[in-house]
Amino acid sequence: MLCDICGKNSATVHLTEIIDEQMNELHLCEECARAKSAAMEQQFGLSDLLAGMVDFQKPSSTSNKEEEIVTTKCPSCGLSYADFKKIGRLGCGECYNVFRKYLAPLLKRIHGSNQHIGKSPLRCPSKIKSTISKVNKNKMCLQELKERLQKAIQKEAFEEAARLRDQIKEIEAESNKGKES
Amino acid sequence: MQINDLINHTSEWLKGTGPNSDVVISSRIRLARNLNKFPFPHWASKAQLNEIIDKTSLAMAKVGLLKNSTLFMLANLDSIDKQFLVERHLMSIEHTQKTEQKAALVNDEENIAVMINEEDHLRIQLMQSGFNLFEAWNIINGIDDALAKLLDYAYLADFGYLTACPTNTGTGMRGSVMLHLPALVMSRQIERVLAAIAKLSFTTRGLYGEGTQASGNFFQISNQVSLGHSENEIIENINGLIRQIIEQETQAREIMLSKSKDILEDRINRSLGILKSARIITSQETIELLSMVRLGSDLGMVKDIGRRTINELFIITQPAHLQKLENKKLSPQERDLKRAELIRKKLNLI
Repeated sequence: MLCDICGKNSATVHLTEIIDEQMNELHLCEECARAKSAAMEQQFGLSDLLAGMVDFQKPSSTSNKEEEIVTTKCPSCGLSYADFKKIGRLGCGECYNVFRKYLAPLLKRIHGSNQHIGKSPLRCPSKIKSTISKVNKNKMCLQELKERLQKAIQKEAFEEAARLRDQIKEIEAESNKGKES
Repeated sequence: MQINDLINHTSEWLKGTGPNSDVVISSRIRLARNLNKFPFPHWASKAQLNEIIDKTSLAMAKVGLLKNSTLFMLANLDSIDKQFLVERHLMSIEHTQKTEQKAALVNDEENIAVMINEEDHLRIQLMQSGFNLFEAWNIINGIDDALAKLLDYAYLADFGYLTACPTNTGTGMRGSVMLHLPALVMSRQIERVLAAIAKLSFTTRGLYGEGTQASGNFFQISNQVSLGHSENEIIENINGLIRQIIEQETQAREIMLSKSKDILEDRINRSLGILKSARIITSQETIELLSMVRLGSDLGMVKDIGRRTINELFIITQPAHLQKLENKKLSPQERDLKRAELIRKKLNLI
């Protein structure tokens, strides 16, 4: 049997499609089947499922407010909540702040929680221009680390707190060494 | 390093060593990371995507652990090369589609791979042979810390690492373990095991990750939840589940050995016989037969073929690998011939 699409290779994949209650059998070669399944995946992906979830958890508000959030655009990337509902993906990091009210309950539905307890990026050294001396860099870094440590303790994120504590110790040891020499 | 250099090289994770490597093929951790102030790849302009490639590849070049690695621009690769990287588990299938402004970084040992501008700006993965998630986490955590000093990650204290899809938000981490469970499949207990896994909010996938069916006796199990638990907790949870599955598979193997050793020995040796003498063989049949030979090797019934050789055969008999070895495009029928020839050569030499 030859492939229904290209008519050249022999058909090794047999597919049953149901569209509007019409059943259709396709016999395809390996290559055409791969192309077909890629196209199908794009038709119905995770975004569809997510878009469905978004609709379930509309906050109980007046329809005016609903419209407002749907048309509000993220000032940073221009994505609207309606776009997110359609494609199931956010536009940029800032979207999480802009749509926070709607994303917090969505994240809770997906993960069972909307409070992050894992690691956090430590970016203090890169934020500071290299013209500042190493001692000053460490000072500024320590301040940021200590603030984070306080937050982590408040959140009872003890693993994160322990990690931050170790990093603070490391920097303090380094600056003490600097003083001695 | 060129793509063609990879063909004669065995990936670190295929060694067939590491804890519980009779049941566990590999352990993998991936982190999703994005840059602050840049739209996620699907929403970014071409110029922004190029800038993301520049920024991230520059940063990665400064990270010690990524020193011996190569950056591939996907648009410069032909379809066989792309498929080849997917077969080696260095890239997702999604990354091979619409390849403009996409890149991939692979280190020489092939245990670290980074996809740039897939669903997120960075998808960093680390693969280990055997059951070894914590070791994988320790290495990838170091790479991530080093990169965070050079790149401004999109992160919020309450939501964690921000990702294009909210299903990855938080830790941005997915841990997966590739299992070989022939005894659970043969004894028809696998359905029960998979149903239990799904109830515990873990996912089961096939050999090639997202969007692929679990085929033959191979199952990739990973966490679904990425927010609200620390990385260590997520790994502990996966480990707890995997330990139970390993125990069940080991028990099922023991029962088969004690109750139907002759039948098992017959099936394993018939599989080996076909592989050693077939003239035409599909990749599906190859995977099924190799799975039996691997079981035979694990149980000591097949003595002269090591796990590493079998693991390698799984990879090099895949369509793109065969075409790279032959250095030309082959039709499915030609591949089935070449595949059989290659297997005969590899197994009869031993």
